[in-house]
Amino acid sequence: MARDSQAALIALNRFGFGARGGAAGDLVNAASDPRGFVLAELARPNGALLEVPGLLSTPELGKQVFDYQFEIQQARNAAKAAQQGASETPPQGSDAKPPQRRNLSLSTAAKEIAGKDPAMQPPAGPPKPPAQPLNIIQKTFRAEALARLQRGVVADCGFVERLVVFWSNHFCISANKGALARMWAGSFERDAIRPHVLGRFSDMLKTVEQHPAMLFFLDNQQSLGPESRAGINRNRGLNENLAREIMELHTLGVGGGYTQDDVTALARVITGWTLAGRRGQLGAPGSFVFNANAHQPGPQQVLGKTYAQAGLAQGEAVLSDIARHPSTAKFIATKFARHFVADDPPPALVAKLQDIFTKTDGDLRALATALVQSNEAWQAPQTKMRSPYEFLLASGRLLARNPEDPGRYLNGLNLLGQPLWSPAGPNGFPDTAAAWAAPEGIKLRLDISAQLASQLADRFDPRDLLELIAADAASVETRRTIERAESRQQALALLLMSPEFQRR
Amino acid sequence: MDCSESLMLQATSRRALLLGGASFAAWAYLPKFARAADGRDPRFVTIILRGALDGLATVAPVGDPDYAGLHGTIALKADGPNAAVMLDPFFGLHPAMPEFARMYRAKQAAVVHAVATSYRDRSHFDGQDVLESGFPGPGRVQSGWLNRALEALPKGERVTSALAVGPTTPLVLRGPAPTVGWAPTALPQAADDTAMRLLDLYQHRDPTLASALTQGLQLEKQAQGNEMKPQPGGGGVAAMRLVARGAAKLMAADDGPRIGALAFDGWDTHANEGGPVGRLAQLLGGLDGALAEFQSGLGAHWRDTVIVVATEFGRTARINGTEGTDHGTGTIALLAGGAVNGGRMITDWPGLKPANLYQARDLAPTTDLRAVIKGVLHDQFGLGERVLADAVFPDSAPVKPMKGLVA
Repeated sequence: MARDSQAALIALNRFGFGARGGAAGDLVNAASDPRGFVLAELARPNGALLEVPGLLSTPELGKQVFDYQFEIQQARNAAKAAQQGASETPPQGSDAKPPQRRNLSLSTAAKEIAGKDPAMQPPAGPPKPPAQPLNIIQKTFRAEALARLQRGVVADCGFVERLVVFWSNHFCISANKGALARMWAGSFERDAIRPHVLGRFSDMLKTVEQHPAMLFFLDNQQSLGPESRAGINRNRGLNENLAREIMELHTLGVGGGYTQDDVTALARVITGWTLAGRRGQLGAPGSFVFNANAHQPGPQQVLGKTYAQAGLAQGEAVLSDIARHPSTAKFIATKFARHFVADDPPPALVAKLQDIFTKTDGDLRALATALVQSNEAWQAPQTKMRSPYEFLLASGRLLARNPEDPGRYLNGLNLLGQPLWSPAGPNGFPDTAAAWAAPEGIKLRLDISAQLASQLADRFDPRDLLELIAADAASVETRRTIERAESRQQALALLLMSPEFQRR
Repeated sequence: MDCSESLMLQATSRRALLLGGASFAAWAYLPKFARAADGRDPRFVTIILRGALDGLATVAPVGDPDYAGLHGTIALKADGPNAAVMLDPFFGLHPAMPEFARMYRAKQAAVVHAVATSYRDRSHFDGQDVLESGFPGPGRVQSGWLNRALEALPKGERVTSALAVGPTTPLVLRGPAPTVGWAPTALPQAADDTAMRLLDLYQHRDPTLASALTQGLQLEKQAQGNEMKPQPGGGGVAAMRLVARGAAKLMAADDGPRIGALAFDGWDTHANEGGPVGRLAQLLGGLDGALAEFQSGLGAHWRDTVIVVATEFGRTARINGTEGTDHGTGTIALLAGGAVNGGRMITDWPGLKPANLYQARDLAPTTDLRAVIKGVLHDQFGLGERVLADAVFPDSAPVKPMKGLVA
C-alpha cells in the first residue's frame, strides 16, 4: 500500500493539480491504477477545449477593444475641443493625434490592476475606498481567468490542464503588451493551444503563429517586406522579433542550427501575417489576415532550403518543415521532460520522447502518453517544486474552493512572481525548482498558507486532509508536525507548506 | 492615508515592481576593509539592463557621417528641439538623461562606447547569461561574476539590513557567496511559531527548503521598520527610481550592504523606439532618475561609489522597418559615481561605414566589457589580475583590466 500511495502522489502531483478535498477519493483511485488514473483524461473527446458561455471569439474581443479605444478617443477629442473653445485658442483639428502607442504597457497594466482587486488583505480593517468599475478589458481578463481556474479546480487529475499550462507557457504571450494582448490572453489559449494539446505540434505551431495575439505580442503586424508594395509606399520594412522567437523559443531552440540569415529570411517569409484593424479594410476586425501588399515577394532560403511559394503558403511551408526539424524534436522533448520530471531530466527519457515525437510526426497525445508510460517519470525523486499556479490551484482543490471570483488567485500569482498570462519575456516563466524555491518565494507561500488557514481551518480537520493528499506516503515528520500543531489553523498552514504538498 | 489604503498601495507597487521588472540584491557581508584606517569604504553597484539597450540611441555618435542615415527617424541631433547633450564634439547624450549629463560635467560619470561581452549571437537569454555569469560563452548559469568577486574579498561582519525586489536573485549575484533580498508584501505575516515549526520539519525532510525558508525569514525581519513607502502609479519607470532609492538608502547605512546589483527589464525596443521622446526616452529617464537617487541617497558615500550600467548586447545600427531596432552587438556601458575618473568618452570608435559594421549590421565592438568591469573591480577593491582572469571572469587572461577608471 505504501508503494501505491507513493505512486498516487506522483500521479496527482507530478502530472496533475493534486488531490481534491471532500469525498472525491482521488488518492485512493490513483493508488489503484496510477498510470490509468492519469491517462483517463486523455481519452475524453475534446477534453482540452474550454467552451464557457459568455467567452467570446478572438475577433469579437478585438472589436470590443477597438470600439472601447475609439470611444475613449472620441471623448478625449470632444473634451479637448471644448477646452480649446473655452480658452479661445485657435482650433487645432489637424493636431488631434492618435492615442500614443502604449509600448510601455507594463505601467499600463500596473495602473490597470491598481486598486481593483481586493488584495490579499486582512479580512478586518477600515472600509475600502469605492472601487472603480472595471472596463471591458479587465472584465474579460477576469472572466477568462475564472474559466481557466474553475476548470483546473474541478478536473479529476488535471493532467490535461497541466498540458495546457505547459504549452501555453511554451508559446506564451504577455498580457502586459497592451490592451489587445490583455483582452486576448484567454482566447489565444482557447483558440491556439487547447485544440492541439492532444493533437499535432505542427498544427499548434501554425495556429499560434497565425494568431492575432501572437502577431501583436511579437510585433509582426508592423513588419513589412522592404520590397513589398506597402514597404515601398511607407518606406518601412522588417521587424525580426517574431521570426527569431519562432526559431529560438518555439521550435529549434538556441543552438538548433539556425543563423542570423535564417532569422532574417523567416522574417521576410512571414511579412504580411497580420491582424485586421478597427476599420476592417483587410478582413473582420481583430482576425488573422494575410496582407499580400505587405508580403516580401520572391523566393526565400531558410535552413538551406529554398521556398518559392507565393503568399501565405510560403510561411506555412517553412513552419511545417521547422516543426519536423530534428532540433525541434530534441528541444521539445527536453523541455517537456524538464517540466514534469526533473530540472535535469534523465537522458534516456528525453531520448525516448524525442523518438516518439519524431516517429509520430509530432503527435502530442503520443508524447504525453509516452511520458506517463515511461518508468523514469515514476522513479525520479520529487525534486521539482510546484509552480505558484500549481500551488494555488492545488490549495483550491483541496479546500474545495471553486472560485467565483478570480481576484484572490490573481493576486496570489502576482505576489509569488507568476502573474497569469504575463511572463516578463517571450521565454515564459522559469521551469526549474530553484526559480520557485527562492527564500522570498517560500516565505510568501508561508504567509499565503497562513492566511488561507486562518480563514478556512474551522471547516477541516487537517489530519483528514493529510489522508486525502498523501495517506501513508506522508513522512513521519510531517504527520507529527501536523498532529502536534497548536491549532487547526497552524496545522493547515503547515500541511499546505509540507514537502508532500510543495514538491512534485 | 488609512491603513487599508496603504496596504493597497503596497500591493499595487509590489505588482508594479514585479511587472516593471526592477530588482536589487546585495552581498550579505561587509568587506573586511570597510571602515578601515584610511577611511576608504568603497561601494559598488552594477545595473543590468535586460533586453539590449540601443547604445547608438543613448550616446549617439552624431559626428559620425553615417549615423543620421542609419538611425533614420529616431536619430538624435546636435541642435534643434530636444537636441542631444553634447558630451564632446562627436558624441551626444540622450536628452532624457540630464542627471547623467550633470555627473559627466562634474567628472563623476563616463561612457564606454562600442563595447560588448564575448557573446556574438543574438539571443537575449544567452546574451544575459554571458553578461551576468562572466563566462566566455552561454550555458553556465550556476554563478555570476559579481558573486565570484565577493568570494575573493575578505569577509567582514554581516550586514544588518538589505532589500531586494523580485522572487529571484539576478544571475550576476547568484552563487556560493550569500546574498540578501527582501520585498514589501501586502500580506499579514505567518506567526513566528508556525514558521519555526515548519523550519523544523524542513530541517528533517527537505534541507533545500529549510535553507530557503531560513533566509526568507531573516530578510523579512531585517526589513521590518524600514521606511520603504512605495509610491503609487508609474509602473516600470517609477519602479527603477523606487528600487534605486531603497538600495541607496540601505547602502548608505554604516551596517548596510556595500556591493549590490540591480536589474531593469524592458529595453527590447523592436518597434517604435522613439527618438528624443518616446518609449526609449521614458526608460532612459527612469535609469537617469535611478542614478540620481543613488547620488542623493548615498550622501557622503557617493564619493567612494562606482556604478556600472551594462546590457547584454546592442541593437542594429540601422533602424528596422518598424521604427525600432533589432538585436545587435556593440553598445555602451555607463560609469557613474563620485569615485569615477569621469568626464570622459572612452572608445576606440570603429565607425559606421557599411564595411565597418559587424556582419554589415551592428556597431562593431572594439572594447571587451570584461576589461571595463575588471578595471573597476581592481581599482575599487584591489582584486588582482590573476583572480579576475581565473575566477571572476574565467578564461579571460588576454582581456586586461582597463586602467584609470577610478579616480
